[in-house]
Amino acid sequence: MKLITAIVKPYRLDEVKTALQELGVHGLTVTEASGYGRQRGHTEVYRGAEYQVDLVPKVRIEVVVDDADCDAVIDAIVKAAQTGKIGDGKVWALPVETVVRVRTGERGPDAL
Amino acid sequence: METSVTLAAAAQAAEIDTGDTAWLLAATALVLLMTPGLALFYGGMVRTKSVLNMLMMSFVSIALVTVVWLAAGYSLAFGEDSGGGLIGDLEHAGMAGLGPDSVHGTVPTLLFATFQLTFAIITAALISGAIADRAKFGAWLVFVPLWALLVYVPVAHWVWGPGGWILDKLGALDFAGGLPVEITSGASGLALALVLGPRLGFKKDAMRPHNLPMVMLGAGLLWFGWFGFNAGSALGANGLAAAAFLNTLAAGCTGLLGWLFVEQRRDGHPTTLGAASGAVAGLVAITPSCGSVSLLGALVIGLAAGVVCSYAVGWKFRLGYDDSLDVVGVHLVGGVIGTLLIGVFAAAEMTGGTEGLLYGGGLAQLGKQLVAVVAVGTYAFAVTYGIGKLIDKTLGFRADEEQEHTGLDLTVHAESAYDHGVLGHGAPVSASVSASSQKVTSQA
Repeated sequence: MKLITAIVKPYRLDEVKTALQELGVHGLTVTEASGYGRQRGHTEVYRGAEYQVDLVPKVRIEVVVDDADCDAVIDAIVKAAQTGKIGDGKVWALPVETVVRVRTGERGPDAL
Repeated sequence: METSVTLAAAAQAAEIDTGDTAWLLAATALVLLMTPGLALFYGGMVRTKSVLNMLMMSFVSIALVTVVWLAAGYSLAFGEDSGGGLIGDLEHAGMAGLGPDSVHGTVPTLLFATFQLTFAIITAALISGAIADRAKFGAWLVFVPLWALLVYVPVAHWVWGPGGWILDKLGALDFAGGLPVEITSGASGLALALVLGPRLGFKKDAMRPHNLPMVMLGAGLLWFGWFGFNAGSALGANGLAAAAFLNTLAAGCTGLLGWLFVEQRRDGHPTTLGAASGAVAGLVAITPSCGSVSLLGALVIGLAAGVVCSYAVGWKFRLGYDDSLDVVGVHLVGGVIGTLLIGVFAAAEMTGGTEGLLYGGGLAQLGKQLVAVVAVGTYAFAVTYGIGKLIDKTLGFRADEEQEHTGLDLTVHAESAYDHGVLGHGAPVSASVSASSQKVTSQA
């Protein structure tokens, strides 16, 4: 199993959700996040005083999938989140040792 | 007995005009609305952690100045001159000798006194913008009454009091309060900003406004109230009030456009805060001059204020004083522009004779305006600095570091303006609030 974490632009969230549903991914977790990559945020101006806002709003999407589905899910997220402009985000995957469905106690891929 | 004789004498001397009175009643309410409007204007510009404290500094000024004004302020400002055009007397302390039949011009004296009170209130509240985020609330409660009595009241007498040295003796012009309101608040704000020192993190941390729609709402209410401020200063429902009203609208508009023009050229973006600030700068500058200049003068004065003030708010970063919300850059600078330019744009059809430089009046009026500006600015700065230092040495004027970091809303008022998260608030602490006798504790 793999934990796929994606940091994407907030307004792409609906597209990503739809893409994952089409792939048959049953659930995901979304967290509001902020951060910066190479673009280093943006500048705001108040009465002529400039403020550099480093941390820009993002959403963090987490989904645990079977090993076999990992590449397809990553591709789907990238395709749905991509705008081609700076700040589109990152996606990464990590191995997951075990998963437990709290309601039933099922373990492993059955819990997904 | 003596009171009733005074009342009867006053009633005989003049008669109340119902039209004038109706307009001044409305204008007084408009001017009072400016202070809650200012609270929103300032409240939106501070950070989330101190917005309630900022609102409170304005609201409590309404209460404090009203009490001081009724107790002695009105009499000292507008009572008979007790020497040299410097201060009035205490004959009407506690509003003694004034009743429903007392008349000032063509309006009830009690209404005139209330109208003037609303000016004193907003002037005190304006100063709070210079010390946002870092003043002890208790110190502010002591400062406002002292400042109202020692700075506002004498200057109001100099300018508007019977026999006051600036209008009556010197012959300078100030229609609606450029000297007592704008220049005293600006110079006093500078003095207090120097006494308290800069906010923690000044010039390093981003201290951006936390709610610009609130700023815009406040600016809108200020603008609305400003018609009462300026057109009400005609003290009658007449043509002068109408001219002042129109000048007020015109200057607010050119102030707004002037500020936006500078922003577009300098920063590349016309901002909402710039629009609000430019309108206020134009309105500040037209305050002294709205009853003395033609429409052309009003348009130019507003534009000049919008352009110059938008640069002036940057002074604090270069000179190192932290006038948090730009009381100096907007009110002092705007007030000086408006008061001085009377000497250029004063039109005989407005003033009843006095002409400025542009209309062939020479430099005389400009000189008088300059003397008034320097005298009022210096006096307000010096006395406020003294009051501020006195409070700082005795009670302490500045909140402690922990309070400033945490925010004054929580540490001073035990409130927070916004509930942003799901984890921030727990059950009521007091057992009496809960139906059960079981003791509950806050999760916060």
